[in-house]
Amino acid sequence: MLYREAGDFKTTYVADNQTFPLKLDRIGFWVTMAVAWLVIPFVINDYWASSLLVPFLIYAIAAIGLNILTGYCGQVSLGTGGFMAVGAYACYKLMTSFPDVNIMIHIVLAGGITAMVGAAFGLPSLRIKGFYLAVATLAAQFFLVWLFNKVSWFYNYSASGQISAPERLVAGVAVTGPSTPAWAQYLICLFFVTVCAIIARNLTRGTLGRSWMAIRDMDIAAEIIGVNPLKAKLTAFAVSSFFVGIAGALFFAVYLGAVEVGEAFGIQKSFLVLFMIIIGGLGSIFGSFAGAAFLVLLPVALKWIGVDVMGWPTDLVAHFQLVIVGALIMFFLIKEPHGLAQLWRLAKEKLRLWPFPH
Amino acid sequence: MKMKKLAAMALAGTIAATPAMAELVIPDLSYRTGPYAAGGTPFSDGYQDYFNLLNARDGGIGGEPIRIVECETGYNTEKGVECYESTKGEGALIYQPLSTGITYQIIPKATVDEIPIHTMGYGRTSAANGEVFNWVFNYPANYWDAASVMVNYLLEENGGDLSGKKIALVYHNSAYGKEPIRTLEELSAMHGFELSQLAVDHPGQEQKSQWLQIRRERPDYVLMWGWGVMNQVAVQEAANIGFPMENFIGNWWAGAEHDVTPAGAGADGYKSLNMNRIDASLPVFAEIQSLVHEAGNAAGDGSNVGSVLYTRGMYAAMLAAEAIAKAQEIHGVSDVTAAMVRDGMAALEITEARMAELGMSQIGPEFSVSCENHGGSGLGIVQQWNAADGQWVALTDYIAPDDSVIDPLIAADSAAFAAENNIEPGCL
Repeated sequence: MLYREAGDFKTTYVADNQTFPLKLDRIGFWVTMAVAWLVIPFVINDYWASSLLVPFLIYAIAAIGLNILTGYCGQVSLGTGGFMAVGAYACYKLMTSFPDVNIMIHIVLAGGITAMVGAAFGLPSLRIKGFYLAVATLAAQFFLVWLFNKVSWFYNYSASGQISAPERLVAGVAVTGPSTPAWAQYLICLFFVTVCAIIARNLTRGTLGRSWMAIRDMDIAAEIIGVNPLKAKLTAFAVSSFFVGIAGALFFAVYLGAVEVGEAFGIQKSFLVLFMIIIGGLGSIFGSFAGAAFLVLLPVALKWIGVDVMGWPTDLVAHFQLVIVGALIMFFLIKEPHGLAQLWRLAKEKLRLWPFPH
Repeated sequence: MKMKKLAAMALAGTIAATPAMAELVIPDLSYRTGPYAAGGTPFSDGYQDYFNLLNARDGGIGGEPIRIVECETGYNTEKGVECYESTKGEGALIYQPLSTGITYQIIPKATVDEIPIHTMGYGRTSAANGEVFNWVFNYPANYWDAASVMVNYLLEENGGDLSGKKIALVYHNSAYGKEPIRTLEELSAMHGFELSQLAVDHPGQEQKSQWLQIRRERPDYVLMWGWGVMNQVAVQEAANIGFPMENFIGNWWAGAEHDVTPAGAGADGYKSLNMNRIDASLPVFAEIQSLVHEAGNAAGDGSNVGSVLYTRGMYAAMLAAEAIAKAQEIHGVSDVTAAMVRDGMAALEITEARMAELGMSQIGPEFSVSCENHGGSGLGIVQQWNAADGQWVALTDYIAPDDSVIDPLIAADSAAFAAENNIEPGCL
């Protein structure tokens, strides 16, 4: 009744191929953007920024990156944490070596460096597949963390082995360092999320995305119809790592401000991002956001309910959190293996038919 | 029991909801879950129990009741930041994160928010320079003191000469474990011993290769910077390869009961540093038992009273309470702010008379803090585990570190931090 294409006529191919073909979807998208850009920056405070929104946005970028590789191109990767570390350390080295260059450029360059590293680690994917590739990327994860711990050049020979982000300004406002206002922290992340999501969406709709999906669905068939597996797989690794690198750079510079590679970018991070795309939905940009929101917001919400509302002991709540998040992951995987994105798709189908389902 | 607890909580809720009453808010960033819970739990129990004792016995500090806000970090920096952000808005007066990683994270934030941090014997060592780190205190001692105290103890054991000796450092591969390396390298050049470094990755359950290397290299002494489950595994591994336990010395975070008991008799003779004395017969423990535990307000399960880390947590709470009392005295108001507490910490003076008055005679060294020196005296004792009696025995009196080595290192590191962050060193 409310949500349908009836009466929404397209007269050109361009209009027919747009990202949101339904008018209501377009309105929803622009309303979301307006709230995110024009309302939230004025009401945000430190707690909302650093506990919820900034990590959500950063993980969303990482999830989009991994989704391109795993969801669209079918190459399982357990190296996300390591690639985020590459982004973070690249950003740190660039920030400290070229302090006069704008931090925005550094973050993009850090993504570029990660793309190169990712493509290099993607080379084995030409020969090995499936679980074996997952193990090869696991090696990348451990090697990269070891490298950043071992070679002190990466952390500028600091005694503690930590890297910490010096203050950098964008348009006269600090976006890294301790005196960053919450809204600036939020806006810089939102900017990168918006740009990354638009790029990812359009890449996956175009030739490149179609060649990735062809490789994912059946690599031999794809090769026979003329898709170059070398190009498709390596571009998937490069593009995916580019996004993951940007997420790593933001995670270090904007969100935490100081990181220790073993703790911040360990294997748990790789699993966390992988869970995000599995729960959110493989092969879906919306799914990346949904999964990131689910795994960032749920623990905070559970903690708030347990400790602040119910007044339970903190250790009990921390244990319950693990149990509940684990149970919910299993529930979703059994009830909807295609993730939250599929739930959303089904809901939309139902809405289009409503109130006449037959 | 359940009903009683619920009723107590409901009561606490109504008290907390009464708006007119001013209160002193102390966040406790604790960790009772994860691989470091064995150390985090007794420390947090001691920290909370002491504040609860003050509430029960004296009605708080200077007549102001204390409200503890506990937040579980799991020793994880991301959760630590979330805890910091969620508790600072409640009027937090002082932070004690009990994690070097979280400390590094919140030093810049707390400096901007003007809330003091007390990192007792952990955290960033160069925070001892109060002119650069106005809001961070690490009295009564820091990691570089610990490294130097260890070497001074070994010097004493070897008649003042360590040349040609081989010393291995087994450390947690994180900011925490890497802290002493710089000092030990300096001391190794000075005293002519050979230093080898063996990193153990988080969480530290896997140490076979490190101890194989120790078995091969046969160092004269092994020093350890460990925490959580890593300590138990290291002590067990050392016992397995038959390393002489009296030559194995942990720092003060690697010397609690739960670190050595899993290895049983094999751990006998293991040594560690301590920055406070342990004495389960101190009058303050009896008071905690009668006024806090018997009233049903014990933090945790109440089983840790008098243990090494419980004592240290209580000691940390005592130092915080004394600083708040000092702040009340300086500013002449009882409802102090975080900035006033900082002044109290910078003017803190702990004397034996005061410690005896508080029922914890000789628990720590006498020391005083100034605006320039946030590091305290840096003294440490060496204790040894007696597996048969199941207790730690103090072997030495307080040993002084070699300030001629540490002071220039602190000056250099804090100057680098000041330059990086555009800080003009000076007192507030």
